[in-house]
Formats: sequence, C-alpha cells, structure tokens
Amino acid sequence: MSTPIIRIDKLGKSYTIGRQQQNRRVGQTFGETLAGALKRPFSRSAAGRGANKEEFWALRDISFDVEQGEVIGVIGRNGAGKSTLFKILSRITDPSEGRAQLRGRVASLLEVGTGFHPELTGRENIYLNGAILGMTRAEIRKNFDEIVAFSEVEKFLDTPVKRYSSGMYVRLAFSVAAHLEPEILIVDEVLAVGDSAFQQKCLGKMRGIAQTDGRTVLFVSHNMSSIRQLCQRVCLLEKGRVSLIGPPDEAIGKYLSDAIVGRKVSVADWEDRETTGEARILQVELQPGESSETAQVKMGDDLRIRMEIDVRDPLVDPSFGVFVYDASGTPMLDLRSLHDHMSVGQVSGKITVQLEVKQIGLYPGHYFLTPWISDTACVRHIDFPRMCCAFDISSSPRDVDLQLDRDWGSYFVRSAWSVVGATPRP
Amino acid sequence: MDELIIEPGAKRRNYWRDLWRYRELFYTLAWRDISVRYRQTVVGMAWAILQPLATMVVMTLVFGKLAGLSTASGPPYALIVIAGMLPWQFFSTAFSGASQSLIANAGLISKVYFPRIIIPASAVATSFVDLLIAFVILLGMMVWFQVLPDWRIVALPFFMVLAFLAATGFGLLVAALNVKYRDFRYVVPFIVQFGLYISPVGYSSSLVRDRLGDNLYYLYCLNPMTGVIDGFRWAILGGDLDPLPVAFSCVSVSLSVFVGVWYFRRAEARFADII
Repeated sequence: MSTPIIRIDKLGKSYTIGRQQQNRRVGQTFGETLAGALKRPFSRSAAGRGANKEEFWALRDISFDVEQGEVIGVIGRNGAGKSTLFKILSRITDPSEGRAQLRGRVASLLEVGTGFHPELTGRENIYLNGAILGMTRAEIRKNFDEIVAFSEVEKFLDTPVKRYSSGMYVRLAFSVAAHLEPEILIVDEVLAVGDSAFQQKCLGKMRGIAQTDGRTVLFVSHNMSSIRQLCQRVCLLEKGRVSLIGPPDEAIGKYLSDAIVGRKVSVADWEDRETTGEARILQVELQPGESSETAQVKMGDDLRIRMEIDVRDPLVDPSFGVFVYDASGTPMLDLRSLHDHMSVGQVSGKITVQLEVKQIGLYPGHYFLTPWISDTACVRHIDFPRMCCAFDISSSPRDVDLQLDRDWGSYFVRSAWSVVGATPRP
Repeated sequence: MDELIIEPGAKRRNYWRDLWRYRELFYTLAWRDISVRYRQTVVGMAWAILQPLATMVVMTLVFGKLAGLSTASGPPYALIVIAGMLPWQFFSTAFSGASQSLIANAGLISKVYFPRIIIPASAVATSFVDLLIAFVILLGMMVWFQVLPDWRIVALPFFMVLAFLAATGFGLLVAALNVKYRDFRYVVPFIVQFGLYISPVGYSSSLVRDRLGDNLYYLYCLNPMTGVIDGFRWAILGGDLDPLPVAFSCVSVSLSVFVGVWYFRRAEARFADII
C-alpha cells in the first residue's frame, strides 16, 4: 500500500494538575486567580511553578500508522488515554508534542445526545447533527432517505427527540455519522447503548464502510467481541503509552492479563470501573467446592462467588450480578440476582452477597469476571469494576475422558444417551 | 484529498480557512436557536413583538409621564423610547447570549471540533433576527404617529453594524473569559441591568448634559452604547447628533472587536480542556 492514511508520530498531551485541576469542573474564579497573583507575585517564575503545579502526561510517545481501509481497535483500561488520543485526532484538543498526519476528512461518532437538541424533531436534528459533524446541507439532503431508513425512526421523524427512547437516539446519531462519508471515522464506545440487533447492524455498517468504501475506522470499545469481530489490528494503551499493537487476540490477551488472580481478591482500588460512588465492591471471593488456596475451580464443582460491597448511600432494591468472560474476552455467563428474583429491600453499610452455580460447566480454561451492582432494572451501573478478577477452570480427574474441545463447545451440560430404536439388518 | 496536520499550535494557522469551511454550521446553529426559542409556546413568534412593546409602554409612562421628561415639541415620547430601546435590547440580549453561549454548548465543545467562534457569533446573529422583527413595532408606531424619517435614515445601517460589532466584540471577550472564570455568569446580568440606566434608552443623552453638566456628560460618553443609541435615534427621528459619543463608540467598538477576537483565539485552544 502507499502512504498510510494516518501517521501518528510521538504524539503526547500533558495537563498541569494541582490546585487548578481540582477546580477544573466548576471553573476557576477570577478572584482566585487575582488573589493567587497577589499572594505569589513571583509564581510565574520557574521555581514557583514547579512548587504548585505538576505535569501529568495523559498520553506520551504515541506512534503508529494506519492504512487506508483498515479498522483499527483501541483498547485499554479507563484512564489509559483512549479518549485523549481521539480528542487529539478529531482536533478537539491540541497535542502538547508530536505530530499526526491525517489524509482525509475525519468525523467522530458522537456520544448519545451530543449535538442533538431535545426540542427539535428527528428531521431537524439530522440537519443539525450533520452540520455539527461538518456535512453541508446538500450532502445531508442527498443522504437523507438513507439515514432515515437506516435509523428505523421513520414514524417519529416529526416528533421532538426529547420524546425518543435512548435506543432511538443512538440509532439516529449513528445513522447520521455513518452516512457522513468521511475518509476516517472515529467511533468511541457508543454502541454500548441500543439493542443488540441494532448493534450488529452498526458493526456490519462499519465493516462495510471499511471494506466496500475503503474508509478507515478507529474503534474504541470495551466490548472485546466487537473488537475481535471488526478489527484486523488492535492498539493497546496502558497509562498513556502504546503497550502493544498487533492482532486482536494478542492485544486482548495482554489487556486482560492484569486482572487479579486469587481466591480472595480485593478490588477496592481497581481503577478501571464505572461507578457512581453510591456503592463500591471491595472484595470478591471464589469458593470452589473443595478448599483450595489458588483460584482454581474444578469443572463440575459447585462454584460460590461472594462479593463484599460497601454501600455508602442507602440503595433500594439494587441488582447484583457477575459477568464471566473467556480468555478472549467473549461473554460466557450472565449471572444476575434479578434472574433469581432476589430482592433485598433497602441496604446500606457493608453487605456480602453470594451466588452459587451448581456444577459449573465452563470448559477448562482461563476466565475473567466482572462483579457489578446496579439499580433494580439493571439499567444504570452503580459500580462496575471491569474484568477485575481472573480464575481458572480445571478439568476434574474423573472427567479426563470427556474430550472437551473449545472449538465445538464452551459450556458443558450433561446429556443422557440411550439407543431407542434399532432395526437389525436382515 | 486534503491533508490535515495535527501538532501543537497547528490549529491557528488555518483558522480563517476553517471558519469559511464551517460557515454552514454557523447558519445551522443560528437557525437552531431561533427555531427552538418559541417551541411549545402558544403565541410563538409574537413574543418577539410583545416583550419590547410592553417594555416600551412602561418606559414611556415612567420616563415620559412620571419623570416628566416628555416635551411638547419634537417627536412623540413613545417614539423616542422605542428608537433607543431597539438597539439597547439587541445589544443586551446579543451580549449576554454570546457570553453564555460557550458554557451552554459545553457538550459540543468537548466532543466535536469546529472553530469555536461560530458559537458566540451565531448567538449574536440570533438576537439580530429579533431586532429585525422588533423593527415591525417601530414601523407600526411611525405609521400611527405619522412620522416620516428623512435623509438621515441612510445612516441607520451604519449604526446597526456598529451595534452588531459591539455585541460581537464584547460578547467574544466575555464568552472566552467565562469558560475559565465563571464569575462572568454573575457579572453579565449586572452589566446589562446597569447599562440600561447609563445609556440613553428611556431619555435622550442631551438631557444628561443639561441636567448633570459637562463633566458627567463626558463620563457618560465613555459608555460605548451611548453613541450607538444616539445615532440610532438620530437616524430615525432626526434632530441633532453630538459627534463626540459617536466617535468614541467607533473607537471603543473597534477596539473591543480587536481585543475580543484576539483573546478568543488565544483562549480557544484550551476550551475543551477546561470547560
């Protein structure tokens, strides 16, 4: 291939943290700056600066090339710099050093609702969102019918989007961006919302954008199966640096390798989590049938998982759950208190929740789990330490002859066999 | 295929080219603000007429009758008030709209790239549309009072541009400051309220000279809107125009545009990081 469509060369972004960082959200007041200037008249000098402020590199020394028509995945724990990288590439923020060269128009798929005005109708929002993404009216008009058809919201085209469901919102947003015809499309974790049928449709569309139209897609996701489905190459970011660029399986393997292995694991300090702060999962304990020091669970044993949760603000009827993923990050088990119709009423303080799976049938191998706590309907995560623990399933001696092959199955279910009909050959 | 280089400070070099490329976004944002304004209201666009009309009636009563500023000679007092009120209301809504606009669109700024100047500029444009609508009141009243403008009316576009530039210049400056120092959220309403009293809206500026003396009058002329409003009224209703406030307005407005654009562009690069 010729020159790469994206060439990133030693890109870096630093923020100054310190007193200013704390005020970043609410904005600094003029008075504070004024008072600061009066109190520390020499603060502009190098010495004063070093004393109060600290440089923090959110991203450093990032270099890689992307070829045209490639779908490249970017993965990493929270705070690894994925968003910062994308903000630089979509020109929202300036890099502090380095350089990136992009050959073609860049568009980023926006978070749900950004660029939509709730009072405007779906039709008007298509034009608004298109313009924000850099489309001209003529371009939008040309693609209008296609956008509407893809989004499946024809019936509500003249309804203000404030009356849309969140699924409809995402569908419309994705449709506009997907029809933008940019040479480079940046997709940042938006497909998490919306029903799975539409997610598949979006993945299909993105693949089409890359393969048929020869466009380039940069794709960030925590969903390892979509990463594997879509990307030929994956870039793993760790603490603001490129840790690995390579085939999806290799990158995902490395990404997941920092999960904590152990029978009793403290996850209170796990950083890669979505949390509202109302509650925090402190510890996860695996209890295989027989006592064992390692996080080894024998296939066919009963598996108990206990999580210790610190509920800071009283919660009414929260739901608990554990997601189990295989070594490649593909979801395997979806265990929820909701499925057992457990209801706890109001909880506060420290609680320990236990779940039990009888005769666990996961094929021998390495597994990851995400314990979580959410609201009653499992819509809003209250604490979600992503893939923080790992454990192994080993084959039990009595099952050696089972010939389990991950190529053909992943969960063992006992089946009873008998011959129920036989006609002897004459 | 266009090539894009991203490196520290690169944004600033293609600034005006980018701005031209995103001109459609400017129209669209202005259109969004205008069309959203009167959604889910019963009287709709009539609000753009009703508000200045009611204000005009009250101000005519307060200043004309209650304070007794109305004179037998000259145009009807209601006309004097409305001719001063149109530019002032435009300036105050455009200025406060522009200065809050970046904060109001924080979501966009932290998620999408486009020249940020489009946001306050479209806020000013939105208020300009309101000004054009409010002109209907003025026309109606001139028909009612049977007052015809003379040759001076040709100067009106000049003063409209001056008002537009004043709102843009000060608006840009305060909008950019507001991103970093949220104090301006409280300062702006104060300035607007204060400005109503120190601008010749409910009375003419010659009154200031007559009653308060020359020195206070010169101080009064430092208000950039004094010249704009005087000029507006003069273009529509005739009479004498003191060139001093007009000259000062021209100077301070040009300065505000210069400083506003300069500071905005300087601050712009960090908006997404600190908003």
